[in-house]
Amino acid sequence: MNWILSAEEIQSGDRNRVGGKGYALSLLAKNGFRIPKTVCITSDAYHEFVLRTGLRERILLELHRKDFKEMRWEEIWDCATRIRNMFLTKPLPDDVAQEIRAAIGDRFRDKSVAVRSSAPEEDDARSSFAGLHESFINVIGAESILKHIRLVWASLWSDAALLYRQEIGLDVEKSSMAVVVQESVAGDRSGVVFTQNPNDENQGIIESVYGLNQGLVDGTVEPDRWIMDRTRNAILTHTPPARKSWMIPGPDGVRLAELPAEKSSHPPLKPRDVGLVFKTARQAEESFKMPQDVEWTYDGDSLVLLQSRPITTLRSDKPGDERGWYLSLHRSFDNLKDLRRKIEDELIPGMIAVAESLSAIDPVKMTDQALAAEIKKRWEINHKWVNIYWADFIPYAHGVRMFGQVYNDAVQPDDPYEFIDLLTNTDMASIARNNMLMDLAGMIRNDQDLAESLKQGDDSGLDDKFRLLTDEFIDKFGDLSCAVTGGKNCVLGTGPLYRLLLEMAKHPPPAGSDKKLHRIDRLHQAYITSFDDDQRAWAEELLELARSSYQLRDDDNIYLGRIEAQLLTAVQEAKRRLKEHSDEQAPKILKQVLAEVDFGSISPTSAPVPTASGDKLQARQLLGQPAGPGIAKGRARVIRKHSDLADFKYGEVLVCDAVDPNITFVVPLATAVVERRGGMLIHGAIIAREYGLPCITGIPDATTLIETGDQITVDGYLGIVTLGDTGL
Amino acid sequence: MIPDDQFRQRLAELFRSQHLATLSTHNEGQPYASLVAFHASEDLKRIYFVTPTTTRKFANLTADNRVAVMVNSSTNQASDFHKAISVTAVGRAEVVIGSDRDSILDQYLAKHSHLEEFVRSPSCVFVGVAVNTYYMVKNFQNVMELHLGP
Repeated sequence: MNWILSAEEIQSGDRNRVGGKGYALSLLAKNGFRIPKTVCITSDAYHEFVLRTGLRERILLELHRKDFKEMRWEEIWDCATRIRNMFLTKPLPDDVAQEIRAAIGDRFRDKSVAVRSSAPEEDDARSSFAGLHESFINVIGAESILKHIRLVWASLWSDAALLYRQEIGLDVEKSSMAVVVQESVAGDRSGVVFTQNPNDENQGIIESVYGLNQGLVDGTVEPDRWIMDRTRNAILTHTPPARKSWMIPGPDGVRLAELPAEKSSHPPLKPRDVGLVFKTARQAEESFKMPQDVEWTYDGDSLVLLQSRPITTLRSDKPGDERGWYLSLHRSFDNLKDLRRKIEDELIPGMIAVAESLSAIDPVKMTDQALAAEIKKRWEINHKWVNIYWADFIPYAHGVRMFGQVYNDAVQPDDPYEFIDLLTNTDMASIARNNMLMDLAGMIRNDQDLAESLKQGDDSGLDDKFRLLTDEFIDKFGDLSCAVTGGKNCVLGTGPLYRLLLEMAKHPPPAGSDKKLHRIDRLHQAYITSFDDDQRAWAEELLELARSSYQLRDDDNIYLGRIEAQLLTAVQEAKRRLKEHSDEQAPKILKQVLAEVDFGSISPTSAPVPTASGDKLQARQLLGQPAGPGIAKGRARVIRKHSDLADFKYGEVLVCDAVDPNITFVVPLATAVVERRGGMLIHGAIIAREYGLPCITGIPDATTLIETGDQITVDGYLGIVTLGDTGL
Repeated sequence: MIPDDQFRQRLAELFRSQHLATLSTHNEGQPYASLVAFHASEDLKRIYFVTPTTTRKFANLTADNRVAVMVNSSTNQASDFHKAISVTAVGRAEVVIGSDRDSILDQYLAKHSHLEEFVRSPSCVFVGVAVNTYYMVKNFQNVMELHLGP
């Protein structure tokens, strides 16, 4: 079988084998346009690979672990990550590899190439696949090209593609991917042309940047923009940007760098070039007989076309469709570095300062009117920070994903989540809180009298050291009586905190994570040495960023929780005052403000509904995502409402809807964690890994199918919860 | 949560689509498996099959009537791992006698008409398994149990 066709060899019947991009390039070459040296790895090679390696079935199994409708975007990312790792760790069958290697070696030798996706359905007039599949630039050498071909194949199942699986007709049995391998052109001016403005059919648009096109395509470099008159091939308007940066070849393909001063003062294209670029693109439009979106670059003074595709209307996400928002979380490394500076230097200190300034104001001493105003103010402050959380903190979590992908590409481990071990053992705020709890429990453990008076609910005779530490704890983290994020019902007082401490004091302190430091060293070594010398500093920098992103994934909620706790304190005071009066006499202003800020009642997770007949339906094995390795057995404690936490006993399995940071304080008591919400990088999984506990996430009905008191076995290797007796 | 009726509907669909089941019996601790042509009652409380009285399975279930019956939708393809559903029923087997035998036999033959001669042979008996629990496996490792009421 011929797996490889050069652009010149591609015939009209090959469209499905070479994909939209490959086919368009072959047409450009045939019509006399200059394109880089290009070959296509046909979709036959993809089919051969997934059939002969058994990957087709493994992908099917992965995609059917759970109903797609029940998957969160984080789980879809996990699913795509596991599939990507299958492609990375499975070598090509020898004969296929040999043939591709020989053809590539002949054509490109040690020259830098771009390895691009070319899905058969892509770039036709009906659909836009932009951004769904991956392309790589600056790839050098036959082995690296072979690896990147596998990565492009894997991107057929990228998280973005899985999200839009229905629109693009993604189907394991039928879908395939061709790959375009194209000699790199290190253009110093690049851009795109829309031969027809989607908003005005008489106009065209040219956008151009210095350096490579990637900065323009992903939005990190703002381009010069010209609006063209289609009939006269004349410039109508030119909008120059600030021109601060450009994309140049770098260790991960491209690198954002400061634009040299001599370039920033004038546009990348002279008026004569603008005319030539537009004229050339219009000729491409004539060849394809429809308006085109053409990517181009200048190789010295010679214009090279990189790709051409029909202009398609952009995806219009319906209201409530968050896929576009999710895809916007895929940030560039430089973008994440900026975000880190903002978060660490401005936002976190800002959150701490706000929480502190609010805690200095005592709502108990306020008049009803002042209290109502204070609640409103705190609600607005809280609301503002929740918005910041979505706009800045959530995207920053992408740092962990970016590192995971780079780690997996570099190390190619069997376990696609091995990288998490390199991120743990950081100083997370929730761990600091739990350590304080442990200290308090230790004091109770060593002091019978103290334990006795706490059991009696008498805190009058507590010794100063214990009281001081307790006050410090409550000051920092609250008294654990309110759900920190999203909680609306609180029981005032330190009762729940003391109950938890007494339970902790009954048992020896947990050993914590038994991660061997030398294992982390070994992983670190494997990661760093997989890069060339000149890329290692960048690899370290990325690891550093990922550690901060990982740590913040938990801390941000704690900090946000401190602000919310201040809101709740004021709300509790208002509720207390309302209770003191009959309905008619209750201060109206307080009633009104509580209704306005929506602090009514909460609806806890529902308990299971018995079946109508005398039959009894129950779960035996529930399949989720393995999120923390290990196997453990214990009595289930199902958290359906916040107060269930106070009854948590040592050695129980924590079963909950979602581990929020206020739930994590019982984790040191738990023997395993089971969570309905799915994902490898969610709080439950992170905190369980920190304590070395088996953890399973993403079991759709965990809190309804499992009852408190059920004996359950948690297999954190396979992601299986078994109810009832097991052989363990 | 999978409601009771959804579970039952899945069972009924599987039983309609499949003709053969694996019957497990045992003799003094030694398990034994055999293939039988089955039919399930509409209320799913019983699973029926026919066997000559000279068989090992009949000897076994006469000695101890605790049996298991497995029905699955696998097609001997790799895709079975994500597509197939497998159901195991456990219960007690008894030879069907009495007034409703003929009507049940008619239902059985409606499904397995080619077995008429076999079924009517004097050396064969019609056996019904009174099911007490169903175990359903899907998505490779998801297992739900339905314990039937009296």
